[in-house]
Amino acid sequence: MALDLPLIWAGIIALAVLLYVMLDGFDLGVGILFPFARSPRDRDTMMNTIAPFWDGNETWLVLGGGGLFAAFPLAYAIIMPALYIPILLMMMALILRGVAFEFRARGRERGKALWTAAFAGGSTVAALAQGLVLGGFIQGVTLNGEAFGGGPFDWLTPYTLLVAVGLTAGYALLGSTWLIWRTEDDLHGDARRWAWIAAVASAALLVLVSLATLFVHPQVAVRWGFEDGAFDLARFAVLSPIPALGLAGLALVAWGLIKGGHVAPFLGSLTVFVSGYLGLAVGFFPSIVPYDLTFRQAASAENALGLMLVGVAILLPVILAYTVWVYWVFRGKVGADAGYH
Amino acid sequence: MEFDALLLSRIQFAFTIAFHIIFPSFTIGLASYLAVLEGLWLLTRNETFKTLYLFWVKIFALSFGMGVVSGVVMSYQLGTNWSVFSAIAGPVIGPLFAFEVLAAFFLEASFLGVMLFGWKKVGPGLHFASTVLVAFGTLTSAFWIISANSWMQSPSGFAGSVEEGLVAVNWLQVIFSPTFPERLAHMVLAAYLTTALVVAAASAFRLLRDASEAESAMALKMAIGMIVIVAPLQLLVGDLSGKDVLEHQPAKLAAIEAFWETRAEQPFHIAAWPDREIEGNHWELSTPKVGSLITGGSVEAEIQGLDAFAPEDRPPVFIVFWSFRLMVGLGLAMIGLGFWGAWTIWRGSTARSRPFLRTCVAMGPAGFVAVIAGWIVAEVGRQPYVIYGLLRTEDAVSPIGAGSVSASLLAFLVVYAIVFSVGALYILRLLGEGPGAGSHESPPSQDRPPGWALAAAPEDPGAARKEDH
Ligand code: HDD
Ligand code: HEM
Ligand code: HEM
Repeated sequence: MALDLPLIWAGIIALAVLLYVMLDGFDLGVGILFPFARSPRDRDTMMNTIAPFWDGNETWLVLGGGGLFAAFPLAYAIIMPALYIPILLMMMALILRGVAFEFRARGRERGKALWTAAFAGGSTVAALAQGLVLGGFIQGVTLNGEAFGGGPFDWLTPYTLLVAVGLTAGYALLGSTWLIWRTEDDLHGDARRWAWIAAVASAALLVLVSLATLFVHPQVAVRWGFEDGAFDLARFAVLSPIPALGLAGLALVAWGLIKGGHVAPFLGSLTVFVSGYLGLAVGFFPSIVPYDLTFRQAASAENALGLMLVGVAILLPVILAYTVWVYWVFRGKVGADAGYH
Repeated sequence: MEFDALLLSRIQFAFTIAFHIIFPSFTIGLASYLAVLEGLWLLTRNETFKTLYLFWVKIFALSFGMGVVSGVVMSYQLGTNWSVFSAIAGPVIGPLFAFEVLAAFFLEASFLGVMLFGWKKVGPGLHFASTVLVAFGTLTSAFWIISANSWMQSPSGFAGSVEEGLVAVNWLQVIFSPTFPERLAHMVLAAYLTTALVVAAASAFRLLRDASEAESAMALKMAIGMIVIVAPLQLLVGDLSGKDVLEHQPAKLAAIEAFWETRAEQPFHIAAWPDREIEGNHWELSTPKVGSLITGGSVEAEIQGLDAFAPEDRPPVFIVFWSFRLMVGLGLAMIGLGFWGAWTIWRGSTARSRPFLRTCVAMGPAGFVAVIAGWIVAEVGRQPYVIYGLLRTEDAVSPIGAGSVSASLLAFLVVYAIVFSVGALYILRLLGEGPGAGSHESPPSQDRPPGWALAAAPEDPGAARKEDH
């Protein structure tokens, strides 16, 4: 049996992007929450909880982009210019927050203040920019033959702004629940408070984004059972586990927050992200450039996909294994002075 | 000259990649150096090696961070600004980029965390293994990216055309394109040289203040050992690269040497003022016949000049010619420095020879300059093509407006200027403090891992605890 390589690769890229959103999501979230910390000491602790991981987390973004280039060059060649401004905005923000990890520790008084601000601002802007990229992608890209044919600001609509705010709230939820898990004392208490606020905001925005997405393109509405003013319950029922998963995730967050659980809120917010991701993906699948180019049309040569699959089959399990190991090495609560013993 | 999206994208790409390459050229060498230091410490239990490790790992953390963030930009910029190139080249060199991410980036990024923060979390064996894996990751990364770039310089193992689409027919020929082995060796040696020069400069700077600092004396000797071996090797490998250029990119070779006329007995231009407008050199300082000898192996060899190529197929000459001379000039100076250093070691006067120490300090940045000059030779020299002989740079650009690119270029200029100056300041500050600073730390801070936030505190213990807003 011949493998369906384009389909497998669509799955691999989707997995890379999902892992990116969940993993870098929590460390961007910690940055988004930076301004609300009550003391510089707490900020040191917050940064210490993510310092060993952020680079590995961000590498999933490189796999998402590099993988898209390698497996679906045509899609890469259309999406990147279409979303030029938000992508470059994201890059600038990621630069400033990325160097802040080391710079903040080396700076003296003024330097430290500058890089504290850069970390918070960079994380927030990166989250917003990623939301703009996501929104711009879902609302669809104008093609001219097999190239991008739209204008430089096509991505800027009320819908994308809504998605940007929603994603930022979601990252704040991931960040705060991560902090609940990894910190103690006052900071832990603050994180619980932040998590409540972020959870409520994320839930509300998730609903808004879901509703708005139905209006973004007729195809999406049809997928979810709305067609010509009629509602097809059977079609909706097939997809209903996705919103149900989201509700379960939110319930797990709330339950963990009420019961004082340490890990449950984080697991809950990861679940919410999985649900949101699937929910958006069913709307445009099988397009890889919504809504005119499918992943099959954009796929690279068969032999390239095959060669890379061999690489992935060998290397991805190894990568996952050592990633888990690194998380294991740095398990447990983290303090400001205690550092990593 | 019109500032359209093409020109702006070229400026932006050249600026951002030149910024990026500064950090790999240093971190590739430094990662290997750290692995050696830690290995020597585990082997000999000589505290000098540990002190040096803990010192250089802080500098490594700063440079690596800047290398990572500027690298992420590169992997997206191929699509944002060179989408036509991406769509055409993707099926052939896409896998090379994918392997770089899978085999190198994850390895570096994951084990970097253990290397910086795991000092007290894992045993010495695992910690050493993490350092070695990071070093291995940087070399793997160089392997794949130079492979991709070499394919663009000398494409092989593919079929099809730019219009129909390219596909690979022989992956080994794609990965090991004809110029790849020499270019990989040249780049890795360049990285080792760059690092050795920085280590030598930093150590010499400390020794100028205090000739008895044992760590700096040790580091300086190690650096000299590296330079004296690697600098001459680099000359040999560079010469092989030159032979590749003659064979695969004759127009680039003609530009490097400012040969305008195709002939035997080419002169060697030591200096010249080449000008494309007049299709010749305004003036030149040359030795007759030596040009053919160096490039073609014999005085009789006929070497193509730029007249063998249509004007629109010629690369810019002036910048290629002079960048090459800058690189080679610095390379020769490095060879000289290596032998001078070896001589001082033989005389036992290394730590006290002030002229030598001052020269070391002055040569500290020479590696970076030579690396960037070398890349300018390679990349500008292959113009007007981005995939040599197949795709012209002007046809590779994305369908985007000049407005967007001017905005992003301006933003890069500002952001990189800030990041670079602050990063350089912090690195120089650490270098100025010297390896000793870490070992005078009070006992509790010695428990701290080297890359940990407060480990920077020794010189101004209050700083880390001060309000940060
Ligand atoms: C010869 C070496 C070399 C060259 C020519 C390049 N790089 Fe690089 N790159 C490295 C050597 C390197 C490196 C040594 O692996 C890193 C890791 C940290 C550093 O300082 O450099 C790096 C980091 C790095 C990262 C971040 C990896 C991470 O998350 O850990 C990305 C995405 C890229 N690079 C991408 C590129 C692209 C798209 C390039 C060309 C257009 C490029 N690099 C040229
Ligand atoms: C890392 C060291 C590198 C440096 C310093 C460098 C430098 C440059 C420079 C100066 C140019 C401009 C040439 C001109 O337009 O006249 C250029 C062009 C280009 N290089 Fe590189 N390069 C490097 C590596 C790479 C690699 C590894 C790749 C891809 C695999 C690459 C891809 C390109 C492309 C696509 C262009 C065409 C765009 C342009 O003309 O500006 N380069 N490079
Ligand atoms: C000592 C004599 C040297 C010679 C004869 C030499 C020769 C060359 C040649 C011919 C190229 C062009 C290769 C191409 O376009 O494919 C090149 C590129 C390059 N050189 Fe050198 N080089 C020398 C020294 C150095 C030194 C000292 C450094 C840095 C420390 C250096 C770094 C580079 C780099 C980074 C490139 C671009 C990558 C590549 O194309 O290999 N070179 N060199």
